[in-house]
Amino acid sequence: MTDTTTLIDHSNEAEFGDYIALLKPRVMSLVVFTALAGLFVAPVSVHPFVAFTAILFIAIGGGASGALNMWWDADIDAVMRRTAKRPVPSGRVTAGEALAVGLALSVLSVLMLGLAANWVAAGLLAFTIFFYAVVYTMWLKRSTPQNIVIGGAAGAFPPMIGWAVATGGVSVESVLMFVLIFMWTPPHFWALALFMKDDYSNAGVPMLTVTHGRKTTRAHILVYTLLLAPMALALAATSIGGPLYLAVSVVLNALFIKGAIIIWRRDEDAAVADEYKVEKKFFRFSLVYLFLHFVALMVGVALANFGVGTW
Amino acid sequence: MVSEFRKDHELHKRRFGRNMGLGGVLIAFVLLVFGLTIVKISEGTSLQGFDHVVRPELILEAQ
Repeated sequence: MTDTTTLIDHSNEAEFGDYIALLKPRVMSLVVFTALAGLFVAPVSVHPFVAFTAILFIAIGGGASGALNMWWDADIDAVMRRTAKRPVPSGRVTAGEALAVGLALSVLSVLMLGLAANWVAAGLLAFTIFFYAVVYTMWLKRSTPQNIVIGGAAGAFPPMIGWAVATGGVSVESVLMFVLIFMWTPPHFWALALFMKDDYSNAGVPMLTVTHGRKTTRAHILVYTLLLAPMALALAATSIGGPLYLAVSVVLNALFIKGAIIIWRRDEDAAVADEYKVEKKFFRFSLVYLFLHFVALMVGVALANFGVGTW
Repeated sequence: MVSEFRKDHELHKRRFGRNMGLGGVLIAFVLLVFGLTIVKISEGTSLQGFDHVVRPELILEAQ
C-alpha cells in the first residue's frame, strides 16, 4: 500500500472567530445597545432573563442579516480596503457557508424571540432582517445613491423591537426612537463616505459622493442634520422624555448642526489639506450623539421611577 | 514495530478550536432554553387551565 498525499491547501481554513466575524460584532453592539434602550424605557417590566434572551436573539437576528449581507456583497467587499479582510472575500469562509449561517440564524432568532417574548417583536425582527438583506443589500445598495437613506431603516428598528418585547406593540415613543436613528444614519454614513472616498467608487457602489459629487453630499449632510434635530427633540415631549433628555438633546443637536455647517462650508482642497480632519471628527461625534441620546432617555426614565425629572 | 503518534498539525488545533466553539454555543443554547422554560413556568398563571381538558374554574377570564 502506498500513502496518498493530499495537496489541498488548508492554511486558509476558518477559525471559530471567522464565523463570529460574519455576524458583524460591531454592528451587533449598536443593535444590542439600542434594543436594550427600547426595552428599558418601555412602561412594562420584563423578567430579566426574558429580557436577556430577547436582546440576545435580536442581536443574533441582526448578525444573521450581516452574514447574508456578506454572502451577497462578497464581490464588492473584496475591492474595498475597509472590507477586503472579511471572512468571505479573504477566502476563509465560502459564500455558501455565509448564506447557510445567515439563513439558519435568521429563522432561529425570529422563532426564539417569538417564543421568549411575543410575536409582534418577532415579526418586527423578521421584517428588519428582510429589509437589511433584501431591500438594502440586494436591491438599493447598488442601484441608488439614496441607498443608505432608505437602508438606514434596518438599523433603526432595534429600539422598536425592544419596546415591542416589553409592550407587545408599537407606539409614538417607539416610532420616534426609530425616526431618531433613521434620520441620523445619512449624515453619519455620508461623513464616512467623504473620507473613505476611493473605496466606494472602486467598488462601483453609487454613494452620493460618487454620483452627485462631494459638494452635494456636504449639502445633504447639513439638510439631514437640520431635519434630524426636531425629530430628536420631539422625543422630549413624550412619556419617555423629560427635562434631562431635552437638555442633553438641545446641546447635542446644536453641536451636530454646528459640525454639519462647518462641513457644508468646507471645500475639497481644505479637506484634503488636513486629511479630512473635520469630517472624521464629525463622524466620531455622530456616534457620541446617538449614544448619549439613548443614555439620556434611559437615565431620564430611571429617575422618573423615583419621581425625579418628570414634566 | 512501535508506531509513533504524529504531532498535531496546526490545522487540527484550529479545527479543535472550532469544534469547542460550536460545542460551547450548543451547551449555552440548551441552558438558555432550560432557563426560559423555568421562567415561563414560574411566571405562568393557571397553566392547568389549558392542560388536556379545559378547566374553566382555573381560567380567570372564564370566572
